[in-house]
Amino acid sequence: MKIQQLSLFLENRPSHLKHPCEVLAQTGINIRTLSLADAERFGILRLIVSEWERAREVLEAAGCAVRVDEVVALEVSDETGGLAQVLGMLESGGHNVEYMYAFTLRRTEKAVLIMRFDDTDAAIATLAARGVSVLDPVTLFSDGQL
Amino acid sequence: MAERRLDHGKKQAFNVASAPDYLPLPQLRALQLERLQSIVQRTYERVAHFRERCDALNVEPSNIQRLEDIEALPFTVKDDLRATYPYGLFASPMEEIVRLHASSGTTGKPIVVAYNQSDIALWAHVMERSFAACGVHPGDVVQNAYGYGLFTGGLGAHYGAEALGATVIPISGGQSDRQIMVMRDFGVTALCCTPSYFLHLLERATDLGVDWASLPLRVGIFGAEPWTDSMRERIEQESGIRAFDIYGLSEIIGPGVGVECSAQNGPHLFEDHFYPEIIDPETGAPLPDGEEGELVLTTLTKQAMPMIRYRTRDITAIDPEPCACGRTIRRIRRISRRSDDMLIIRGVNVFPSQIESALLRVEGTLPHYQIELTRTHGLDQMEVAVEVTPEILSDKVSGMEALQKRIGHALEQVLGLRATVRLVEPQTLPRSEGKARRVIDRREV
Repeated sequence: MKIQQLSLFLENRPSHLKHPCEVLAQTGINIRTLSLADAERFGILRLIVSEWERAREVLEAAGCAVRVDEVVALEVSDETGGLAQVLGMLESGGHNVEYMYAFTLRRTEKAVLIMRFDDTDAAIATLAARGVSVLDPVTLFSDGQL
Repeated sequence: MAERRLDHGKKQAFNVASAPDYLPLPQLRALQLERLQSIVQRTYERVAHFRERCDALNVEPSNIQRLEDIEALPFTVKDDLRATYPYGLFASPMEEIVRLHASSGTTGKPIVVAYNQSDIALWAHVMERSFAACGVHPGDVVQNAYGYGLFTGGLGAHYGAEALGATVIPISGGQSDRQIMVMRDFGVTALCCTPSYFLHLLERATDLGVDWASLPLRVGIFGAEPWTDSMRERIEQESGIRAFDIYGLSEIIGPGVGVECSAQNGPHLFEDHFYPEIIDPETGAPLPDGEEGELVLTTLTKQAMPMIRYRTRDITAIDPEPCACGRTIRRIRRISRRSDDMLIIRGVNVFPSQIESALLRVEGTLPHYQIELTRTHGLDQMEVAVEVTPEILSDKVSGMEALQKRIGHALEQVLGLRATVRLVEPQTLPRSEGKARRVIDRREV
């Protein structure tokens, strides 16, 4: 299962990060997790939100440039070696990770990795074949409580 | 008592085909010569400034025997209007002058231009021909978003559209949301404004959720600033209208000096009233048709404030090729630059339009940009701020850096000098309600 990630262009200036976050807050959209990639004069804010279509709509209406990409959410046990094991599988399958970020689901105490690949479907196939749990949006946004 | 018929409201269709646009050339040239002789005589007799210039060159009105003899006459430049501010170049007594307009002098004093009754009628006439050339006709609803006031755009377009018999909405410039509401609710079919303001309206309409394709708008008559063919392509593609370039300047009459026809291949000049020459901007030497240089215009019929050999600072060429529309009045190439918005950066001549074409070359980049010039340690620095759009946004820093490099490379190729590219968030660069503010020069020269 693939997850939609929103990316926003931000200038490296005070309050520019706050603006989109406030827009989402006012709409009642919760940010599940995020990562901020920064260059010298700009940054790219990547967001995983529950209602990505509505989030994109309100962000665009607020004047943001928004891009949508498909990423993969993996659940790994939050213990030593968990990440290395997954990366090993991806390496043997010949998949290149463009970038990744991680967070922990509150209730299950499992770690979730958000990964961006060139070829998302092929990476998912490799991981699924090796028994890694690829999360669907329902599981991800219900905090693991089904 | 005789029956009186109330037919005041009836509109007479303007007969395009009988307009002087189609005069046989020998007849047009004879008319121009006759008018030139008469206007030079009038100006020599009535404007001391012009007479002194002629005397200094040892030339007098009787020297004008052929059209080419105009080359013996002195040029008029903007500084002549400033030096004689406000009324020094008038050729009519004040009791005959019915209208004054003035330019928003960005440098120094404003310039003042004057019209008598016959000039106002002339202006309405050339603007009527302009609207007709763009395919506007009685029944059209014209939203006139040129500014009304001292600027010539608003009233010039207004009188012309009324003369044609179209319905005019004198909304003037600004208040974009109201412009869009009026355009939709009043069933507007033709719009007059600057091209950059139209792009602004397009963006704003999208923000407001107005479906552009559902509007009856058909024709855009855009002028008062240089714009490119790429800008026209974008306007026509995004809005579905046809965009025509109208040319004019206050010193000559205002809008209506020339306009594009359905062939959209550069404005036809209304040569029967405005005589064009192209000169080398450096030496002042006349250049033949087809060669690029500065456009010089002489008003052949304007009475209150005739302009003899006025240097427009607009860089163009006269296109002598016959036009598909059949008009005999010649066309000029669309003006993409002026000899005075040329920037000299580290000794290199740069025109904002070159930067625009470089940006357009980089796929997906819209022409919303701003040039900022600074000087550090005696060296000019150029920074070009470009707005990021969803189409060019990458989720990777490397992707954005590559975009920055591509733009920088394209700029260097076109300009021959290096520029810093700064990517900025959408809708953050100032949008003009009138002329685009493309350049901020912070150099202390």
